[in-house]
Amino acid sequence: MARAALITDPNGMAASAVALENLHDSPPRAPRALTRIALIGNPNSGKSSLFNQLTGLNQKVGNFPGVTVDRKTGVSQLTPQHRAEIIDLPGTYSLYPKSLDEKVITDLLYDKVSEQYPDFVVVTVDASNLRRNLLLFTQLADLRLPTVLALNMMDVAGQHGVQIDVAALQQELGVPVIPMNARKGLGVAALKIVMAQQMSAPTVSFYEPEDALLPMIRQIRYYFNLHNDYLALHYAHQFRQINFLTTDDKAYIGELVAQYDFQPTPRQAQETIARYARINDILLNAVTVTRTEKAEPYSNRIDRVLTHKVWGYLIFFGVLFLMFQAVFAWASYPMELIDQGVAWINGLIQTNFHGPLINLFTEGILAGLGGVLIFIPQISLLFAFIAVLEETGYMARVTFMMDRIMRKFGLNGKSVVPLISGVACAVPAIMSARTIENWKDRIITIFVTPLMSCSARIPVYTVLIGLVVPDEPVLGIFNLRGVALMGLYLLGFFAAIFSALALKLLLRTRERSYFIMEFPVYRWPRWKNVGITIVEKVKTFVFQAGKVIVAISVILWVLASYGPGPALEQAEARARATAAQQQLSKTETETRVASQKLEHSYAGVFGRTLEPAIRPLGFDWKIGIALITSFAAREVFVGTISTIYSVGQDADMRTVQQKLAAEKDENGQPFFTPARAFSLLVFYVFAMQCMSTLAVVYRETKGWKWPILQLFYMTGLAYVSSLIVYQVFK
Amino acid sequence: MPQHSAHSTPAATRSVKDLRLGESGTICCLEDPEMALKLLEMGCIPGTQVRLNSRAPLGCPITLILGDDDYTLSLRVSEAATILLKA
Repeated sequence: MARAALITDPNGMAASAVALENLHDSPPRAPRALTRIALIGNPNSGKSSLFNQLTGLNQKVGNFPGVTVDRKTGVSQLTPQHRAEIIDLPGTYSLYPKSLDEKVITDLLYDKVSEQYPDFVVVTVDASNLRRNLLLFTQLADLRLPTVLALNMMDVAGQHGVQIDVAALQQELGVPVIPMNARKGLGVAALKIVMAQQMSAPTVSFYEPEDALLPMIRQIRYYFNLHNDYLALHYAHQFRQINFLTTDDKAYIGELVAQYDFQPTPRQAQETIARYARINDILLNAVTVTRTEKAEPYSNRIDRVLTHKVWGYLIFFGVLFLMFQAVFAWASYPMELIDQGVAWINGLIQTNFHGPLINLFTEGILAGLGGVLIFIPQISLLFAFIAVLEETGYMARVTFMMDRIMRKFGLNGKSVVPLISGVACAVPAIMSARTIENWKDRIITIFVTPLMSCSARIPVYTVLIGLVVPDEPVLGIFNLRGVALMGLYLLGFFAAIFSALALKLLLRTRERSYFIMEFPVYRWPRWKNVGITIVEKVKTFVFQAGKVIVAISVILWVLASYGPGPALEQAEARARATAAQQQLSKTETETRVASQKLEHSYAGVFGRTLEPAIRPLGFDWKIGIALITSFAAREVFVGTISTIYSVGQDADMRTVQQKLAAEKDENGQPFFTPARAFSLLVFYVFAMQCMSTLAVVYRETKGWKWPILQLFYMTGLAYVSSLIVYQVFK
Repeated sequence: MPQHSAHSTPAATRSVKDLRLGESGTICCLEDPEMALKLLEMGCIPGTQVRLNSRAPLGCPITLILGDDDYTLSLRVSEAATILLKA
């Protein structure tokens, strides 16, 4: 961004800056249709609850420009006449970002000329812990951003014996202060009315940079034409990380910082201590704490059980078990309904209409769509669980209990969330790794998460286990198939943690790993928040992963329906001729024709090209085709297999299994021996077969290095493991 | 990871790491400048009372209760070792 260097004389700075003070406080900006309001606050200050109260289901998830942090926006009807766009910013403790998530905030708030710059901010603070929460507020106020303070969690403050004189606080802070309880919706109406007013910049200043820093600050301020000193100070602290500064801009600040020997770390510490001193004064005037004879906080008593060295882990595994039950057992009923529904619509169309376009629609688009919709029950249930665990505060305890163990493997207590979410889908799981501040811990987590068996592998597991593992009880209570399934999940899990261990030894970094986090008090989940999370995650999956899956289905349909030159027509003619000779029925003829056509289509050609490479694993060209199509998304496997083995339209699991069981090798023996099936299963456990995951890793790591390494590492691991399995067991 | 353990500090200076379960102390200073930024933001301000509330089953991390805010912070033992206590 080009900014004119107005002046280069550092001595005349102080005088001219005074004139600037008033000049740039309210720069002219084109009027907007909607007021843009940013919602900001500490983690656990009830920010998401407030966002949900303000916008309801009227939310959109996008990306901040240039980075991949989710940008949640929503439209709120403040008054009958006044609507506003609300941006929900990630939770942060200060304006000095420590993680990627937090950096988004500074990028947004530093760039006053940006299209995204908010008209004003609403700061949520936890009234029961005002001291720490006001730190962020005072920084925002010193940036001269028009601000409203949402004094949230008044009920908790009351329980803790904290009485807040709201009028006095408002007087001290110089901005509107709205007491509220966002979880119950109390105070939201009052807040909306205030939000609909015209806001002016705060008048009270909470921190003045030391005089010694002023020459440097004023030069930066002049150079970039900034509206106050504090913002210029932030430029000096963070110029290396500010996205919108050009290399020249950064070099300019870099020179100044060196010239004045500016030391960011001690300066930030001094600033924070000075702010706390000021906040203490404010609280003395506005808050009285009356402690009743204190009973031990109930959260502590719950913690004594939930983080107990025996009970704690048992309960955690119980919760995990319940989650798996939900995802695998309970979800199967709605999934079956969706499956049947799609098959029914497909059948209805195919019996009534004919032609290549109809085929494209039913076998390409509709089949792909079915493959997307079928995952909705599992994704909903998984995110319902995760949302409840987060909302209640239990997730913080899980990371607390697991940190020591995870650290041994180069991970972090916070890696537990991505790894568990990876069981549903690696895409949101990898995105959730953003909360890990440390680069190395985060990269390792991202790298190994796709090894966790995601829900897209379930259909493959189900079909193949059902094919070769007998349906027998083990030890009276378990089922052999269930045990096999569990084994595959454990295989993925162990591959993930041992890969993490290897990476821990390989990667070098000087950055240190933190584990300093707030322990939230236990609370009942707000079901509305849980519901909104589910809707949001399902939407993300359907629209982002769904697009890829449908597109791939269409491409696959084309590859399977067309072939090089006249090969396809010749194959069809030959098949019809032999069928006529053998006097086969009409259905048998059609099935044979379809299978013959596929063999000579582009997909068949690719499969045959691949065959020499995968023969040592026990696979033939038909599986080759399925492997190729699975590289787009694993769940395509079953669909491809049903086409290759010409199962026909109603491809439910059992039909597919019967077809596979009937498949013979060249000696007339069943093709799918246990060795072949397990080799294929192991391949699916390890192989990187998901374009969406690669795409999201590319976005999250800002380059192709990690996704490419992941692709080669996982696929190599899959190849070698399958080779061993097949050669040992055949 | 740099560890500021008891070896490098004189025996007289105790850190939060040395607190017994349920014992309180007053924060004197933060030893590690970079970690200090994060700790300050999280409310570990010199002069604040701090109580060792619990340890994770494997001994690390730990939780502290800070000041009279009833506010619980969890951190690793190596991080707690950088928070020095007043004698």
